[in-house]
Amino acid sequence: MITGLSTVLLVIAQGLSIGIRGWTTDWLTALFGPLDERQFGMGYGGLMFTVSGLMIFCHGLASRPRKGADLFVTGAIGLVTAVVTVFVFYPIFIMLMSAFRTEDGGGSLVLFFQRLFESKLWQIDCLIGAGSCGVAINSFLLAVSVGVITTVLGLCFALVIVRTGFRFNKVLRALSVVPIITPPFVIGLAIILLFGLSGTVTTTIAEWLGINPTRWVYGFIGVMIAQTLAFTPIAFLVLIGVVESVSPSLEEASQTLRADRWTSFKTVTLPLIRPGLANAFLLGFIESMADFGNPLVLGGNLDVLSTEIFFAIVGAQYDQSGAAILATILLGFTLLAFYFQRFWLGKKSYVTVTGKGDSGIPTQLPKRVAIPAIFVVTLWTIFTFVVYGMILYGSVVELWGVNNTITFKHYITAFGLDWKDGIVWSGAAWDSFWTTMMISVTAAPFTAALGLLTAYLLTRQKFYGQNAFEFGTMLSFAIPGTVIGVSYILAFNVPPIEITGTGLILVISFIFRNMPVGVRAGIASMTQIDKSLDESSATLGASTWATLRHVIMPLLKSATVAALVYSFVRAMTAISAVIFLVSAEYDMATSYIIGRVENNDYGLAIAYSTTLIIVMLAAILLLQFLVGRTKIGRRHSKLESI
Amino acid sequence: MSQVIKANAADVRFENVSKIYGKDAVAVGNIDLVVEAGTLVTLLGPSGCGKTTTLRMIAGLELPTSGKIFVGGDDVTDLPATQRDIAMVFQSYALFPHMSVQENIAYGLENSGMARDEIVERTASGMHLVGLNGFEKRLPSELSGGQQQRVAVARAIVLEPQVLLFDEPLSNLDAKLRRQVREEIRELQTSLGLTVVYVTHDQEEALAVSDKIVVMEKAKIAQIGSPLDLYERPNSIFVADFIGEANILACEVVGSSESGSSVRVEGYEFEVGNVIPSGKEVRLAVRPRNISLSADANSNALVGTVRKVSYVGSHYEYTVAGTFGEIFAIEDATHPTKTEGSEVSITFKQKGSCLVPI
Repeated sequence: MITGLSTVLLVIAQGLSIGIRGWTTDWLTALFGPLDERQFGMGYGGLMFTVSGLMIFCHGLASRPRKGADLFVTGAIGLVTAVVTVFVFYPIFIMLMSAFRTEDGGGSLVLFFQRLFESKLWQIDCLIGAGSCGVAINSFLLAVSVGVITTVLGLCFALVIVRTGFRFNKVLRALSVVPIITPPFVIGLAIILLFGLSGTVTTTIAEWLGINPTRWVYGFIGVMIAQTLAFTPIAFLVLIGVVESVSPSLEEASQTLRADRWTSFKTVTLPLIRPGLANAFLLGFIESMADFGNPLVLGGNLDVLSTEIFFAIVGAQYDQSGAAILATILLGFTLLAFYFQRFWLGKKSYVTVTGKGDSGIPTQLPKRVAIPAIFVVTLWTIFTFVVYGMILYGSVVELWGVNNTITFKHYITAFGLDWKDGIVWSGAAWDSFWTTMMISVTAAPFTAALGLLTAYLLTRQKFYGQNAFEFGTMLSFAIPGTVIGVSYILAFNVPPIEITGTGLILVISFIFRNMPVGVRAGIASMTQIDKSLDESSATLGASTWATLRHVIMPLLKSATVAALVYSFVRAMTAISAVIFLVSAEYDMATSYIIGRVENNDYGLAIAYSTTLIIVMLAAILLLQFLVGRTKIGRRHSKLESI
Repeated sequence: MSQVIKANAADVRFENVSKIYGKDAVAVGNIDLVVEAGTLVTLLGPSGCGKTTTLRMIAGLELPTSGKIFVGGDDVTDLPATQRDIAMVFQSYALFPHMSVQENIAYGLENSGMARDEIVERTASGMHLVGLNGFEKRLPSELSGGQQQRVAVARAIVLEPQVLLFDEPLSNLDAKLRRQVREEIRELQTSLGLTVVYVTHDQEEALAVSDKIVVMEKAKIAQIGSPLDLYERPNSIFVADFIGEANILACEVVGSSESGSSVRVEGYEFEVGNVIPSGKEVRLAVRPRNISLSADANSNALVGTVRKVSYVGSHYEYTVAGTFGEIFAIEDATHPTKTEGSEVSITFKQKGSCLVPI
């Protein structure tokens, strides 16, 4: 155990103490004298060495004479803790450090606060109708509005689908998946095609009413519309689970207690779904904060944190500490939202207290809620159809708004194939397309495995520091992609882990960006599997690993599929972290598309996006088909007490 | 504290009520039923017999497919739950997890549009009635199962409903608490004079609390009667076996009078206390406790061999086999009087044996 621990500590000490220009601190130089060589990034040997050390340490921990310690469990905890520390907390820490760094390399607290509270960031002139607001204020206002709107829309959807006999419920459910497989900025593009200067709606209205087309959509409103369209399904997916979990017998009880439907809804249903609302808002808030594509495409003069960070890094100024400060603010906002969510929910227990359940009938929505909800949902649905129609149509139009002839030239430019002694991938997009596929496919199984393993540890095992462990893994969910991107280039540009510009950094960033989703899917389905299954397996002589392998995993097929599909799709569509991490060699589809958009090459961008959507749809269906659905015979208790 | 809560007990009447799910899943088929005001009536039966559906129709949570339901003489068939003067204690208690005990109990009163003072007074009185003083501010998740159940009861009775419904109220309590709680429910019902309809699948519970028991089987009413009626004069094999266990034996009726019948099982002739109109095929139902086993030979008795003896604390249980089949018998004794493999002569006590039609 001691051997293992000291091995790990030595590696870390060695890695951190030698920088690119020799020793990182003066006392080490004094002690050992100047070095001849610089530190190189650690290779596979170093990796193996560190992991072995870690495992020896865990083995030591497990073999101490204490109850219930199990080599597999300790090893797993050690591994997850180590990787999360190295790839989530370490980069964030480095980023925070560099926010304090001045140009000459020293650290200054005063300068940090000076820059942190610059009026460029915080001015609120736009609220009083004079001039523009600071970047931070812009981001905050945008995120709050998007959070609120997506939550309300998501709630409408969830209520209509679960609680009304609305005819098109199946369509709505299917529709809600589509934006998830859409790269986020694509909706921004469609908004431009509709409402931009030469957009369909703009020109039509301009002709009818004889007013000059304006650029009104570029800015706050446009970004808000695009983000709302993109993120409502996320809120919906959160809320539908919560609405479904409200026990029907509570509402029935409310009715037998003289409450009419509206009162029941107001005093029982709504308070019970409050945690869901808070969650949905939080997700919308974070997604909006982190969103990079839509503000870039539609932002116009609206500066938000995520785009500013990008320009600070890639722009002429190359202001690392400036980017770090902005990223710190961004992180601060999301963590604050995270904190407020917990605070708002307080200590009240929303767990429906129940032993044997009665199976009641879900109450129909009161009219005064149902009618507006159906109205909103219908409008939104129509709008979504129009938006996707635009995307499809836009991809086969010569030049939008100028030359509306149908052509496949964008597809040919992007995905052309030639035949010259075998296939020649002559299309411009093939490179980034295959890179994206390769990286997404590589990342998906790791993401799923790490997520499910973490979920297993959280739900099935008790260990010291579990709460901190859970908080740590969930916290990474509140960290916006933009922040991850910045912190990765700051942390992994230099030894000991030098992976900037490689495909590996992309894979790793995807794994840790998307891991929380795997964790949540895993937790959700593992709580459904009775613990007595583990126990009976253990009494039958199976080790923890054998139990996991033969009992839990077969029952988790659907959660595995969900985690795989989701991490694949997210990796394909991600932009906020990716944009910082791509290199000439490893360009991703999304950053390539953004590049096309910046060159006003909309046709190609949209054609490429459409292709991505279709590929992802196919991938989902294929995976679904390959893994198959879990077949578990469960008695339906519902019939019992009709 | 003065007693604020009264009862507005009313009767419940079902006329030809059916509930059919989908096209042909009959949950309740054409039942007639009267629950008299101020009595406790139990709906008893195995899972899926329609008892809960019947209860939910009284509550207004399900509307009948056909037939009429009256409460206190008024036709409530089409009234939704909200508008009926009925309260219900749910199997899961269905306490609102986001409200304190006090808020839970006051909830129904607030919806009735009662004055603030009265709500406070009645809530306090309700809590006092179920012994929950001091728990006002607790959340349901901070209460034990038994306490949660009391909250559910208090929440229902403060409304002074015409009818109070219980859906398997004891099924989430442990065995020891069950006896205590069911006695409390019964006491509350008699002291307030409430009309209570009570659903359970536990025959012992039903026998202990009810004025009248409605035994249901496969969406129909099998028999209605007092606990004594059902135990001593079951009208079917199903009821005889469901209530208090019974050995069912083939038999021959050799004679009958006003007060009973003479029955012969193999060579053994004896009297039972009931008469079944002739022409119907019958079986003999014998309660396990009403069987005497004797080592002495007896010319008017069944002969069998003891197969199994088990000691269960308060009594011994025997399984005896013979040409008539197997009999399950119970004997209160501190020592086993028979051993496995021994021959015994079997006689039946008159009380507790009866004829049932097939």
